[in-house]
Amino acid sequence: MTEKNVVTAIHDALHDAMAADDRVVVLGEDVGARGGVFRVTQGFLEEFGEARVIDTPLAEGAIVGIAVGMALHGLLPVAEIEFADFIHPAFDQMVSEVARMRYRSNGDFGLPMVVRAPWGGGVHGALYHSQSVEAFFAHVPGLKVVVPSTPYDAAGMLRAAIADPDPVLFLEHKRTYRLISGEVPDEPYAVPIGPADVKREGTDLTAISYGLMLHHCLEAAARLEREHGISVEVVDVRTLNPLDRETILASVRKTGKAMVVYEDNRTYGAGAEIVATIAEEALFDLDGPLVRIGGPDVPAMGFATNLEHAFLPDVDLIAARMLELARF
Amino acid sequence: MATRLTRRTSPEALGLSADDLRSMYRTMVTARLVDEAAFRLNRQGKAPFVVPVSGHEGCQVGTAWALERGRDVWVPYYRDVGVVLVAGMTPYDIFLGLFAKADDPSSGGRQMPNHWGSRRLGIISHSSPIASQLPHAVGIAYAIRYRGEDAVVGSWFGEGATSEGIWHEALNFAGIHRLPVVFVCENNRYAISVAQNKQMAIEDVADRAAAYGFPGVVVDGNDVLACYAAMKEAVARARAGEGPTLIEAKTYRYFPHTSDDDDRTYRSREEVEEARRRDPIRRFERVLLDLGVLTASDPEQIAAEIKEDVERRIDEAWAAPDPDPATLYRHVFAEPVDP
Ligand SMILES: Cc1ncc(C[n+]2csc(CCOP(=O)(O)OP(=O)(O)O)c2C)c(N)n1
Ligand SMILES: [Mg+2]
Repeated sequence: MTEKNVVTAIHDALHDAMAADDRVVVLGEDVGARGGVFRVTQGFLEEFGEARVIDTPLAEGAIVGIAVGMALHGLLPVAEIEFADFIHPAFDQMVSEVARMRYRSNGDFGLPMVVRAPWGGGVHGALYHSQSVEAFFAHVPGLKVVVPSTPYDAAGMLRAAIADPDPVLFLEHKRTYRLISGEVPDEPYAVPIGPADVKREGTDLTAISYGLMLHHCLEAAARLEREHGISVEVVDVRTLNPLDRETILASVRKTGKAMVVYEDNRTYGAGAEIVATIAEEALFDLDGPLVRIGGPDVPAMGFATNLEHAFLPDVDLIAARMLELARF
Repeated sequence: MATRLTRRTSPEALGLSADDLRSMYRTMVTARLVDEAAFRLNRQGKAPFVVPVSGHEGCQVGTAWALERGRDVWVPYYRDVGVVLVAGMTPYDIFLGLFAKADDPSSGGRQMPNHWGSRRLGIISHSSPIASQLPHAVGIAYAIRYRGEDAVVGSWFGEGATSEGIWHEALNFAGIHRLPVVFVCENNRYAISVAQNKQMAIEDVADRAAAYGFPGVVVDGNDVLACYAAMKEAVARARAGEGPTLIEAKTYRYFPHTSDDDDRTYRSREEVEEARRRDPIRRFERVLLDLGVLTASDPEQIAAEIKEDVERRIDEAWAAPDPDPATLYRHVFAEPVDP
C-alpha cells in the first residue's frame, strides 16, 4: 500500500497498463512532451516513445474518432480530452460512433477504448474549465460512464476500463486530483465498472453522490454524527451508466430517507435519474421526501471566488439539508 | 495545385489481364443492375429506401480494384455499391440489407440500406453522419503502421463530405503521420441539392491535399482505368510508407440522391442527359470492344446473365427471415460471443 492522491493514482495505473501491454496507447493534446496539463502522462513519452504517446493536433473530434479506428484495428487507445468542457466538438463521434458501433453492426465490431476527461468545478475554472458533462453521455446507451472519486477507485476503475471490451468515458474530478489522498495497493487490481460503493455506513438516511460532492457528503455525514448523533449512509455511485440501482435501492430501503447530491445543474442531471429510480422502486419504503441537491440552473460557474462558491453546493448546505431530512 | 491525371495507360501497363478487365466490367454492370432493381422494388413498396450508385460505377470499381481482399481495409460510404462488391459483398448481401433482413451482414436490419460493414470482409461499419468515418480510416491506418503490417486503408466519400470539420481533422492527422491511407472523393457536383459552387470556392477538391502535405490527384471518374491507375499508384505509395493521397474522381449521379429525393427541383433534365453521355459503363465497354476483350454480343449477354442472378438473389433475400424483435436489447455492450 502507498498513500497517493487521485492524479498520481491515475498516472501510475495508466503507466502500469502501458508497461504491461503494448496495445495500450495514449493520445491527446499535450500528453507527450508536457506530460498532460494535469501531469497524468508525465514521463510517458520518454519511457514509451512517441508512437505510443501521441501529441495530437488540437481537434477533439479527431482524437476520439482516431481512437475509434485504433480500437477497430487491435489497439487499446486511451484518449485524453484536456478538459471535459472541450469534449463537445467530439460529441458526434462519442454518440454516433463510439456508443453505437457495436449495436449498429449487430455485434460485429466492438470498441475497446477509453476516453479520459477531467471535469468539475472548484478550481477557478470559470465557465469553460469547470463543467459537468456526465449527464450528456450517461443518457447514451452503449457508452459506459464512470466517475471514480478516490485514488483507490480511480486506479482500479481505470484498469477495468482499459480491459473492458466496450468504450468507457472516464471522468476525473479535477478538484479531487490533489485534494484527495488514500491508500492504493502496489500490486495491480481492478475495481469493476458498474457496482456502486457504500463509502460510509449509516442507518438514518442515505446520501448518494459522486465526484467532489461525494467528499462533501462524507464530511457532512461525519459532522452530523459528531454534532447530532445522526447516522448517514453515503453511497458513491462510481458508475453512472450502467447505474447500480440495487445498491442504491438497498441503502434507501434500509434508511428510509434519500438525498442525491451532485454539482451539475439540477435539471435533467444524473440526480434526476437517481431520484426517479427511487421514486419508482422504493416509494413505500420512504419516510421522508426525496431530496435533490444540485448546482443552480445557470449556464456554468463564474470565475470570481464568491461566484464559484455560489454555484457549488458546500458542506454547510449539505449538512443542513441532511439534518432537515433526518428530522423530518 | 493538384495533379491532373489525364494520360491513358494501357491495361497491360497497369498489370490488368483480360480476365481482370472482364471482371471489372461485370462488377460495374452488377452495380448498375442492382440499382435499377432496387428502384423498381422501391416503387413496388418492397424497399422503403434506396441509395443509388448509377454514374459512380467507374470511380468506385476503378479505385476499389487497387486494394486487396483479405489484406487491405475498406471504409466506404453509402453510395459505394461498387466498392463493396469489389470488397466481396454480393448482390444477395445487398438485397438482405435493402429488405432489412436478419442476415443483412452489415447490421442485421438495424441500419438503413447501404450502411455497409463486415468484419469478415474488412469493411468498416459506418453511420449516417457525413464524414464521421474519416477519422476511423485514419486511426486504422495508424494501427496498421504501429503493428508493422503492410495493409492500406481506402476511404471513400462525396465532395460534400469535404466541408465537414472532421474531414479536415482526419486528413490533417493522416498527413502529419504519413499514414497508409488513400482518400477517394467521388465528386458528383451535388450534395443532395447543393451544387459544388455553394459547397466550396475551389474547382478541385484535390487541391485541399496541399494543406495536409500530401499529393492530390484529379482523375476522370468516368474512366475506370484512369481511376484504377491513380489508386494503384496511391496504394503503392501508401504501402511503401510514403503517406496518404487524396484522389478526386469527377463523376455524376444519374438518379436522385435517394429514393426520397426529387432531383428535378435542383438540376435540369438536359444536364442529366448530358452527363449520361459520359456513362462509365458504356465508355469501358467501348475500350474492351476495341481491345477485343469483349465481343459485340458480350455486353447484352453479360447483362442478361447478371440480371437473372440479381432477380434470383432478390427472391431469395425477400424470402429470408426478418430480424427478431426479441434481439432489440442485444449488442448494446459485449456479449460472451462478441469480439
Ligand atoms: C452530418 C450530416 N449532415 C447532413 C446529412 C444529410 N445528408 C445526407 S447525404 C448528404 C449529401 C452528401 O453529399 P456528398 O458528400 O457530396 O455525397 P453524395 O451523396 O453526393 O455522394 C446530406 C446533406 C447527413 N447525413 N449527415
Ligand atoms: Mg456529392
